[in-house]
Amino acid sequence: MESQLGKDIVRVEAKDKVTGTAKYTNDLDDSPMLYAKLLTSSCAHAKIISIDTGTASAMPGVKAVITAKDFYILCGSLFRDRPPLAFNKVRYFGEPVAIVIAEDEEKAKKAVDKIYITYEPLTVVNSISDALKKKPVLIHEDMMSYKKSITEVYPEKGTNICHHQKIRKGDMEKGWDDSDVIMEGEFSLPQSDHAAMETRSTRCIVMPDENVIIKSSSQVPYAIKELISKYLGIPEGRVIVRVPLVGGGFGGKATVQLEVLAVIAAMHVKGKWVNLTNTREEDLVTSPCHLGLNGYIKIGAKSSGKITAAEMRFYIDTGAYSDTSPKLAKAIAVECAGPYHIPNIQCDCYSVYTNHPYVTSYRGFGHEAHAFCLERTMDKLAAKLGMDPFELRLLNVAHDGDLKPTQVKVTTSNTGNITECLNRLRNLIKWDEGSRIVEGNHIIRAKGISCLIKTSDTPQNAGAAAILTFNSDGSVNLNCGAVEIGPGMKTTVAQILADKMKMNIKDIFIKMEVDTQSSPLYWKTVASMTTHMVGYAVINAAKDALNQLLNLASIALRCPVSDLDYENKMIYVKHDPSFYITFKDLVQGYKYPDGNSIHGPVIGRGSYVMNHLTILDKETGKGKAGLSWTVGAQAVEIEYDTRQHTYRLLKAATVIDAGKVINPKTARGVITGGMCMGLGLGTCEDFIYDENAITENTSFRTYKMIRYGENPKYLVDFVETPQIDTPYGSRGIGEHGIIGIPAALANAVSLAAQIDVTSLPVTPEYIWREKTKNDSV
Amino acid sequence: MQISGYSVIHLNVNGQEVSVMIKPSYTLLYVLREKLSLTGAKSGCNNGDCGACTVLIDDMPVKSCLMLAVEAVGHKITTIEGLENAAIQEAFVRSWGFQCGYCTSGFLMVCHALTKYNPHADDTIIEEWLQSNLCRCTGYEEIENAVKSIITNHIEV
Repeated sequence: MESQLGKDIVRVEAKDKVTGTAKYTNDLDDSPMLYAKLLTSSCAHAKIISIDTGTASAMPGVKAVITAKDFYILCGSLFRDRPPLAFNKVRYFGEPVAIVIAEDEEKAKKAVDKIYITYEPLTVVNSISDALKKKPVLIHEDMMSYKKSITEVYPEKGTNICHHQKIRKGDMEKGWDDSDVIMEGEFSLPQSDHAAMETRSTRCIVMPDENVIIKSSSQVPYAIKELISKYLGIPEGRVIVRVPLVGGGFGGKATVQLEVLAVIAAMHVKGKWVNLTNTREEDLVTSPCHLGLNGYIKIGAKSSGKITAAEMRFYIDTGAYSDTSPKLAKAIAVECAGPYHIPNIQCDCYSVYTNHPYVTSYRGFGHEAHAFCLERTMDKLAAKLGMDPFELRLLNVAHDGDLKPTQVKVTTSNTGNITECLNRLRNLIKWDEGSRIVEGNHIIRAKGISCLIKTSDTPQNAGAAAILTFNSDGSVNLNCGAVEIGPGMKTTVAQILADKMKMNIKDIFIKMEVDTQSSPLYWKTVASMTTHMVGYAVINAAKDALNQLLNLASIALRCPVSDLDYENKMIYVKHDPSFYITFKDLVQGYKYPDGNSIHGPVIGRGSYVMNHLTILDKETGKGKAGLSWTVGAQAVEIEYDTRQHTYRLLKAATVIDAGKVINPKTARGVITGGMCMGLGLGTCEDFIYDENAITENTSFRTYKMIRYGENPKYLVDFVETPQIDTPYGSRGIGEHGIIGIPAALANAVSLAAQIDVTSLPVTPEYIWREKTKNDSV
Repeated sequence: MQISGYSVIHLNVNGQEVSVMIKPSYTLLYVLREKLSLTGAKSGCNNGDCGACTVLIDDMPVKSCLMLAVEAVGHKITTIEGLENAAIQEAFVRSWGFQCGYCTSGFLMVCHALTKYNPHADDTIIEEWLQSNLCRCTGYEEIENAVKSIITNHIEV
């Protein structure tokens, strides 16, 4: 039977999605429901002098008004620094201060407007440089007393630095001595947002038996279960989390934020469903966003272009609370050399508190920001050396045996083939016709490139599992903990199962909803790891089920298991396929002709965890943060108008080593979608703060994203260098389309306009300022 | 009939006459989702910026978060649930026109209206129509392919 791998299998939920029947959290009918609304902070940094909830509580239809006085805990998946409702002080504009629960949204909203808060403003920390001043205003005065949830959080006393990650490899003095040229650069990019089309939505009920049922638009149902249990002291089995289809995640739904508030609300009105759904404004500002980054890079190279040393410092604008920031810092430090071999390297990456909205994981997990800094520096180095940007990159690519900054050895299996990606990209974007072409009429066409690389940066024990049950016709039900957030992972794992079972994918029924009470654990649907981790769990479950079926068949067919093979829901004797038995006569146990029955229902179970990941050494960063890397090369081609400093996006290209493409059309879509998001970061997306750190663009009217027609033509190609320890050699590709695009765009604009782009987004105003900064007034 | 600020209005939704008790301030999106359980149209911004709530009023796309339910009285309302095997639905499936699917109802209704209103639309017109909506998962390539597969092939809509 023909394998279902490498085929364009239409996603299993496609029909539901084009008929409006697909249900997302806020589409579910749990009536009668109560509605919760948040009162959020109007200041970015202020003492709370008083909160008057009297009027609001007395309003018709209001069931409860909750503030930190009623409920105080500290939350944080890595570092417990965040009260779900502000306590004594607020630390960012939009921070939740109170929750109102009422009969309907309108009544809840009206009551929110009748809560009166007196603030005493504090000096705002409105930038990374504010936060790092010699005698800084401290955002968390008690930082050193906070509990850590993992070892790898290293706060620095008396500062706004909640984490410092170090990389030390080689001999810096020797590295600088060996170099002939030095290139330095300072870069910055602002905070921005995931902006998934579905705003975060949670509903919760506390049942009379004390069970807490949560429905949420989340990438992490199991983390919700564990953290709610831990935060609130509820036995974990009593916390039941259900996640239907999710309307886009991009990392923004990989943290536990709104759920805590919904549970707190539901605890005050037991026995009633409470709906807490973000408005778009809350989703942008109150819920966590994408990091901002300041970066400093110094690279030393021989005149041949060979890099000998690099020193880097990165500061993450973490916002008011740490959330995932320490892990983002770790990810940036781990990958500080990019895909290049830098024998002597030193990197310090800091998570820095500011009075901005707090940040969490985001597609690319910091690599998109880091790549902008590194790949701009590579282009600047190439220019200084008079080298072709492709040649400089090809010369410095890490090869088998080279040591990564974490001192892990590069192999073809764990890293793939970036040289091939670069070579193919060169042809794909017709680099050799010229990278800066003057077209006349004030138009310049220019191309910029960037490499991309990323490893998983997962916790060492992150696990996945799958359960297979069977229907009486021999078809299979697949139950796993992966949430369908968009990239078609449910369909991908169904394809893997179909291949392993040698069945038609039409005979595989996959449970779309994740229910922590019945679906087996999958750590989190993040890090582009689902195909790898859940894929492996599914393969192991298939092996387990097939073992049972083959054993039963050997009894029924009276021959050893070694004589048997299977295909298309049948088990047959290899040398005489006329002796066979179908799955349907085995899956519920085997029944002898006289009626005696054995075994009972077949259930396949499979588990998976990555082996040999380690905690990184605190001082050197030595250790293993992920099993492998995905590498690629990307380009952006623009058409720049020298009079107006505007530009059009002509092409965006990605060549990525995917190891093995399981579903080509889906893979292309995930890559082009990532590129489009990267172009957003590069061209128009940013949060703008006023002098009081108030976010000024809190809606899609003012927070700009790429729209239809503004997108370029996309070019995508896949290299397939198998990774020996993953399903079919596949590598993660979910996030990667975004990573090198802001850098490639910045390189293209720098070349076109003959400026040094050092910050994002690259707006016409930015280009104009750069072009005219030396003009006399 | 009036009960403390509520009134009953009659709407024509997907070919059916329905009566709904509303407040004058209710948007069409709110009534469709909360009173008629038609959750195909989504709320993405409640501000007319994203288009996830798009429905057709007399066959033309309208952002239902910006229209009051009372304004829809006397007009033909079509939601995605009212499409019956429209060519654009199959085109979206065939072209991989969505990932998470949250913007799909809105995009699909805009595309459906366009293919009926202007079956020979050129690139500029398509762009004018589709700029009204946002998609965060795709890079718009697949949506372009879906709508053009109908427009250029002159498939019966």
